[in-house]
Amino acid sequence: MSVTFGRTDTSVLGRWWWTVDRWTIAALFLLVAVGAILTMAASPAVAERIGAQSFHFVRRQFVFLAPAVIIMLGVSLLTPKQVRRMAVIGLLASIVLLILVPVLAVEIKGSKRWLNLAGMSIQPSEFVKPMFAVVAAWMFASARLDPAFPGRVIATALFGVVAALLLIQPDVGQTAILTAIWGTQFFLAGLPLILVVGLGLAAPIGIVGAYYVFPHVQSRFDKFLDPSGSGAYQVTTALSAFKNGGVFGRGPGEGRVKLVLPDAHTDFILAVGGEEFGVVLCLFVVMLFAFIVLRGFSRIHKEDNLFVVLATAGLLVQFGLQAIVNMASTLRMMPAKGMTLPFISYGGSSMVALALGMGMVLALTRTRYGREGMEA
Amino acid sequence: MSIFAPRRHTPGFHAGDDLQAGAALRLDGVRMQAIETGRSRLVITALVFLLAFGAVGARMVDVAVIDRNPPKPHAQPQARTDELKMERADISDRTGVLLASSLPTVSLFARPEDLKAAKVDIESAAIRLVAVLPELDLEETIERLSSGRQFVYLKRNLTPRQHYDVNNLGIPGLLFQKGERRIYPHGPLASHAVGVTDVDNKGVAGIEKRFENAMRESREPLALSMDIRVQTIVRNELARSVEEFSAVGGTGMVMDVRTGELLAMVSLPDFDPNDPPPPTDPSMFNRATKGAYEMGSTFKLFNTAMALDLGKANINSSFDASKPLVFGGHTIHDDHALNRWMTVSEILIHSSNIGSARMALDAGTEAQRAFMSRIGMLQAPPLELPEVAGPLIPSPWREINTITIAFGHGLSVTPLQLLAGTAALVNGGEYHAPTLLARAPGDAIPAIRVLKPKTSENMRQLMRMVVTDGTGKKADVPGYEVGGKTGTAEKAGAGGYRKKAVLSSFIAAFPMDAPRYAVLMMIDEPQATKQTFGFITAGWTAAPAAGRVIAQIAPLLGLMPKTLPIPPSGASKGIARTGGGREVAAVE
Repeated sequence: MSVTFGRTDTSVLGRWWWTVDRWTIAALFLLVAVGAILTMAASPAVAERIGAQSFHFVRRQFVFLAPAVIIMLGVSLLTPKQVRRMAVIGLLASIVLLILVPVLAVEIKGSKRWLNLAGMSIQPSEFVKPMFAVVAAWMFASARLDPAFPGRVIATALFGVVAALLLIQPDVGQTAILTAIWGTQFFLAGLPLILVVGLGLAAPIGIVGAYYVFPHVQSRFDKFLDPSGSGAYQVTTALSAFKNGGVFGRGPGEGRVKLVLPDAHTDFILAVGGEEFGVVLCLFVVMLFAFIVLRGFSRIHKEDNLFVVLATAGLLVQFGLQAIVNMASTLRMMPAKGMTLPFISYGGSSMVALALGMGMVLALTRTRYGREGMEA
Repeated sequence: MSIFAPRRHTPGFHAGDDLQAGAALRLDGVRMQAIETGRSRLVITALVFLLAFGAVGARMVDVAVIDRNPPKPHAQPQARTDELKMERADISDRTGVLLASSLPTVSLFARPEDLKAAKVDIESAAIRLVAVLPELDLEETIERLSSGRQFVYLKRNLTPRQHYDVNNLGIPGLLFQKGERRIYPHGPLASHAVGVTDVDNKGVAGIEKRFENAMRESREPLALSMDIRVQTIVRNELARSVEEFSAVGGTGMVMDVRTGELLAMVSLPDFDPNDPPPPTDPSMFNRATKGAYEMGSTFKLFNTAMALDLGKANINSSFDASKPLVFGGHTIHDDHALNRWMTVSEILIHSSNIGSARMALDAGTEAQRAFMSRIGMLQAPPLELPEVAGPLIPSPWREINTITIAFGHGLSVTPLQLLAGTAALVNGGEYHAPTLLARAPGDAIPAIRVLKPKTSENMRQLMRMVVTDGTGKKADVPGYEVGGKTGTAEKAGAGGYRKKAVLSSFIAAFPMDAPRYAVLMMIDEPQATKQTFGFITAGWTAAPAAGRVIAQIAPLLGLMPKTLPIPPSGASKGIARTGGGREVAAVE
């Protein structure tokens, strides 16, 4: 940042500079930078394999970078109330798009997830998560503060609608993330402990249910349990990539898994990073994610506003869980789950939606004094 | 949880409403309670995340750095090739030389329906196919491809090059079937023993047929008793004789007299198992095991051994051969009649029919029959081949049969029976069933005592004398003490014996002081040549062939030649001794 602001600067940007969490911004920028490097490392091999120009994916990703950064910083300027409004509108729009998806979307790899809007293909399921997190937080917080208000029912109903729409696609992974957001917020909003235990027990039932209802979930589990099968190829290859990389990696451009992994630039991008730059880079990425999540939690720990706490927590759960699921899949700690690594994997929708979500986190975790930003 | 103070404002959607209540920094009870619960649970959530990130990081280090043996099934299946699995086990000789093996091949077939469905121009497809596989007939190929059948074979056992070329044509509806093909690297060399398989890879003759199931179950090569070097020598020499005497065929065998193992078994004419003739072809007939012949004079060995073993005579006993033997309207002559009494050894050396007949009559019909049975002449030997015939036994067995059997007529046996019986005469008197399978070292060798050791010793002396002083001189190999007996049997034709159609055989063993191997060379219908001065008898035809075989195989089999006496001359009179030099035991 070449622009500096005086402490006494009371302009919008000046106040923003002094109240926003600059450490989180720095961490996010680092993530984006690592993502850009890894996209350049991994995606040319994939692009060449599918017959596109080498830098096809790189160019497309970089096209989204600037808008994503602008969206993130722009959203971080909003007050909590503006964030809430934007989320309500965003959630409604996302739900409409989700309803349109089964009708209009093209089937890619067995699922209908992408919509073509004005020449851009977008994935409504990426946008619905942060919007839901904020709206649900509002509902839970209102219910907590006014027992007469049926906020929990509304939040749960919204969860049911969105989850149903995601399962139609089918997108079990996003449903799981959505469930985690809803569950965590409910938990933070004072869910009776007996129900916490009940939901904890329900989770395995949901997983078992998904296993039997969705064939691709079943095959992923089977591959996890029996990695010798040919289907576990991607994960097994990813593991050997980490092994090849060792501590400091084989060096930029020296990786080999990107030549054979179909999803080297998306779900398995960390394996490319591990092979070329070593476990050092991977641990750095983990630390960045952990830092952003825990730093966010620590900021809202001092927060007095329940809505802000719940909304931020929901957004961070989404962000952190997505990262954990991606990395754990790649490392064969859990069945392979098609989930992008936030800000690092290739994918425009994912990038813009995450920028929106993290922009909201930045907005909500700005230092506020008293009721500042909550009115108006 | 239940401390919900009544709110002074109406219920609404505005989470921020509470902020408007009361003084700016004062939190009311409800909000306080809610935020406190949230905070403590927030710490739990944060800890869960911390643990999860920690686990991911630990796993990264584990996979990348600590785990030295990561799961690597992705690299292995590509590098590993499947072990070649064949339907049939290989066949080798006793030294491990491959006699029969299997190679993977492909056969070309077509699905005419598919060609039709793909709208293939049958004629041009056939022309292109014949260009690659010139063995195919164009007309026939067109006919096959356009037939309405679901499946037609076009060509079996394509070479890899042909496979590639046909594949390159890219004609739809042509398909390949994986299979395997039996390969016989030595061609006809051991064809009668090894046998042959049919187009479906099923054994139809020889060892291939006899061990059909065993070879499909085992992966281990089946080791024959045969020594391919000995086999080669026997076949070469037999073929030379058959050619030289314009014979119709012949058979030659070598047997280890101590174990019954056959080191060579040749029957000419033979065939190439890689391209076998129809089963009815004469070349498919194994004379060695399936042809039953009246053996003629070689049978006198058994006759003599019988007389000696019964104690009716010793080698110096004399029998009246002064005049032809007349018996029941038949007159028995000698070919080279001496017209005097002859000793047992003279009878054998000069091959006297009259003397042999008198010896047999002395022993009696029953004793002869019992002896012939003991020595294996009355039953088919249990050799491991489907093509083993039994003898033709006279029935009833009268005295006249006793007389003719004494010199090898009236009882037809296979060359294999003759060889196995002779082996028992020289090896000390034990009969070993002949075998084509290599005996493992230490295997118990089944043996039946059929002669007294003394009788066997006498037989060795007599057989040696036949070679040194009798009809078998041309079989001698200096240094290897060959012993044997000639046999020239007139073959029975329509209306009696045919003078000019004979079976010439020489049965030999060596070295006679401690015999190791028995050799039989038999030439079917040899024709006289200038070199034999018009003779077709065994001494001129089969005996030299046996001598040539022994001269080559004895050194090959590791037998050390005896030291020969230095011919007497002026300078070395003192050293020369009659009756041979120092005897050296045979060494392996």
